[in-house]
Amino acid sequence: MATFNLKINGETKKVDVDGSTPMLWVLRDHLQMVGTKYGCGIAQCGACTVHLNDNAVRSCQLPVSAVGEQEITTIEGLSENGDHPVQQAWLEVDVPQCGYCQAGQIMTASALLKKNPTPTDDEIATAMNGNICRCGTYTRIRKAVKMAADNS
Amino acid sequence: MTLVKTQLGRRAFIKNTGLAGGGLVLGFSFFNSCKPKVAEAVAMELEMPKEWYEINGYLKIGDNGVVTIMSPNPEIGQNVRTSMPMIVADELEIDWNNVVVEQAPLNTNLYSWQVAGGSRSISSSWQNLRMAGATARQMLKQAAANTWQVPVNEITAVAGFLKHEASGKSAGYGEMASVAAELEVPEEIELKEHSQFSIIGTTKKNVDGKKIVTGEPLFGIDVQREGMLIAGLVHPPAFGKKLKSFDAETAKSMPGIKDVFSLKLYDEDFDKMAFHFTAFNEVIVVVGDSTWQVMQAKKAIKAEWENAPDISDTMTLFGNTMKVNFPSGMEDSEKHTSKLKDLINRNAKVARKDGNPEAAFKNAAKIIESEYSCPFLAHNTMEPMNFFANVTENHAELLGPTQTPEWMEPAVAERLGLPLDNVDIQMTRQGGGFGRRLYGHFMVEVAAISQRMKAPVKLVYSREDDMTQGIYRPAYYAKYRAALDENNNLIGFHVRAGGIPESPLFANRFPAGAIDNYLAEDFTLDSNITTGAFRAPRSNFIAGAEQSFLDEIAEAMGKDPIAFRIELLKKAETNPVGEPESNDYDAARYAGVLELVKEKANWGQQEAGVHRGVSAYFCHQSYVAQVLDVVMENNKPVVQKVTAAIDCGIVVNPGSAANLSEGGAVDGIGHAMYSGLTFKDGAPEQSNFDRYRLIRHTEAPKEIETHFVQNNIDPTGMGEPPFPPIMGALANALYKATGRRHYHQPFITDRPPLVG
Ligand code: FES
Ligand code: FES
Repeated sequence: MATFNLKINGETKKVDVDGSTPMLWVLRDHLQMVGTKYGCGIAQCGACTVHLNDNAVRSCQLPVSAVGEQEITTIEGLSENGDHPVQQAWLEVDVPQCGYCQAGQIMTASALLKKNPTPTDDEIATAMNGNICRCGTYTRIRKAVKMAADNS
Repeated sequence: MTLVKTQLGRRAFIKNTGLAGGGLVLGFSFFNSCKPKVAEAVAMELEMPKEWYEINGYLKIGDNGVVTIMSPNPEIGQNVRTSMPMIVADELEIDWNNVVVEQAPLNTNLYSWQVAGGSRSISSSWQNLRMAGATARQMLKQAAANTWQVPVNEITAVAGFLKHEASGKSAGYGEMASVAAELEVPEEIELKEHSQFSIIGTTKKNVDGKKIVTGEPLFGIDVQREGMLIAGLVHPPAFGKKLKSFDAETAKSMPGIKDVFSLKLYDEDFDKMAFHFTAFNEVIVVVGDSTWQVMQAKKAIKAEWENAPDISDTMTLFGNTMKVNFPSGMEDSEKHTSKLKDLINRNAKVARKDGNPEAAFKNAAKIIESEYSCPFLAHNTMEPMNFFANVTENHAELLGPTQTPEWMEPAVAERLGLPLDNVDIQMTRQGGGFGRRLYGHFMVEVAAISQRMKAPVKLVYSREDDMTQGIYRPAYYAKYRAALDENNNLIGFHVRAGGIPESPLFANRFPAGAIDNYLAEDFTLDSNITTGAFRAPRSNFIAGAEQSFLDEIAEAMGKDPIAFRIELLKKAETNPVGEPESNDYDAARYAGVLELVKEKANWGQQEAGVHRGVSAYFCHQSYVAQVLDVVMENNKPVVQKVTAAIDCGIVVNPGSAANLSEGGAVDGIGHAMYSGLTFKDGAPEQSNFDRYRLIRHTEAPKEIETHFVQNNIDPTGMGEPPFPPIMGALANALYKATGRRHYHQPFITDRPPLVG
């Protein structure tokens, strides 16, 4: 066990865990921030995506000991009032079916738009390819990402 | 307006004041320890009333006019939490923006069919939901009439307001709610005419949308409780194995681990319903403080496994008792294939025979013959199996994702030794179902673990546990034959279909009834690999096989594939073979979706380079036709567009129905093209998404268009029907694009150079 002071969504959070614990479980079990989802645990599904500084990363593969001073943003902290352009577009297009994968999809999409504000269809599909949606909402996701790009 | 009686044994309308403020409002407290928030208000900023008045089991009205509507059924992504309350709200005649939706707990006294299965949520509750709203509307009118001393039939109810034209009096529902709640439930009520619907038939967005996109706790896996422990399971590594012994010394000493023990789920003599089955009746349980600690400790357990014996069991399903056999031995996919290939050439059990198929084939000028197959599939809901339980001396509280709370409750009660009444089951939003959560052994497991630990426990399956634990879509195999005469007329049709452990055949579905000489046979092969319902069971294979084969026949006959199908359907409609009622479909509605898709897709007029396939199927009382467009890019087929035409009766919420159509198409293309679970020495060869392929963004169609047939037929299934036929449309388009037929799923491995 060791103590870590983590910068999450603009706040400092202190946790006492084994350094090898993935951020996914630190968030979910220790900080009760359950918006970040578990889907595979091996970087294959994208359900656990968070931002590390400005990059979309799989939190199931990110040991808490590797975070250091870097800023983590989770779905809960993407915007103050749930009104990030990507979240707004998601609501406008009414993307979710079960909704389980969507936090990860939104985190990947928002990181993409930060780097590339006007992605092509192919760029969207490629950037989002690591996020599985078992319900098959891919066409709506593409539409929402484009809408968010247009609105931001 | 249509007059109907309310007293049809519908207990929900007999006011149950004992429940007001009790059982019914429990729904809000699930996630309180995370972040207290009020309700799933449709409009986010709704002000909550000071007082609620319960009118019936489906709704309560606040003194400020806000209405809470209970959504009785499990929400697995089919959007019933929005569309079921819409039905109540429409009959109640209320502004949708004043509605708050609450998940009802399991309550067999109030609700019927609290199940997410068979695409029946809407159709089975359609009448009840309408009556719930209409009864409340009538009681509010009566309350106003009594208060104003005017005849009730002079009162109108519009968008949450009651008016009496002559006297100029008016009041909001909230003002009359307290009076209405005291009234007797009327014996007769008026339901709206379909033309009067104002909410049904309009698109309403997902009531949980905002919570989903902001990451609020909604799902079973998100449940947190004071003092809650986490449990994980270790099950045998292969089907045909069982636990012999284990050494958990190291695991027990690991940080955060509370206990490690083995758990037997059911006694041998427990009478199982089909949904109680589990692949492994004895598992090792690890209980600890956190998920990661439990996952690590599982790896430290040294277990020995031994061969399981032959098992014969019985199960009940809707009143029927069936024998089920799980033979001993380690199975593998290669052996499965060779056994199926052998059985497909032997005579099998005749399920239907019309005319003289033997003679037709003997006299045929030409016989077309093709074989089709598909592998086992894991459901792979994105949220793995999990459940929460808090079992005390004489009470059990269960909370989490299940498609069958009602059917699991007796198994939980029996395992705990508690009376049924002392078991409470509540449902969370669910990260997918697809049939997997019909089988709720994990509820019994977590209840037993909580009872033993004397603590609240959340059981969480890892992805690997989830994927290697069984209840798979069965593997199927089918052979189709068609006999043509010298003039290329279709004179005979023969299908033989089987599977492990069930046959996918629907002997009375199309084209049965359209062909004079028809033979349908089926066979099964026992297995110790546990299987179960997977989105549109059996249809999810046989539709694609049959629709591919019809394409082959049309081609051999030199006919357009849509015209050919419509011709057969015309015959089935005007001059059906066999007893008309033996044919399981309405030929005119079937042809209707083909006509619609033909028009909407501009069939026959596609751009150069676009290769098209068509398919149509009937299941869960709905009709779906799809046209799928493929283009070749860098020698690879890419799905460009899907056009769907659907007849599911009245479409309650067109936007979310379209979402299901899109999901069904993507899901079907994905599974037919990429997915499969194979076995070696009894063990699944894929245990996570690195080796088990699910369709991804770059592989999904670029565009999906859905068109609904407009009619006034009561709603039928929507969650499952768009899934099966797309596999046929895909196979037929791939043929046009590549010049070769695709017979064996996943198509990606079916003669790889074609699609790889
Ligand atoms: S849980 Fe991290 S990628 Fe799947
Ligand atoms: S919406 Fe269900 S997994 Fe994406």
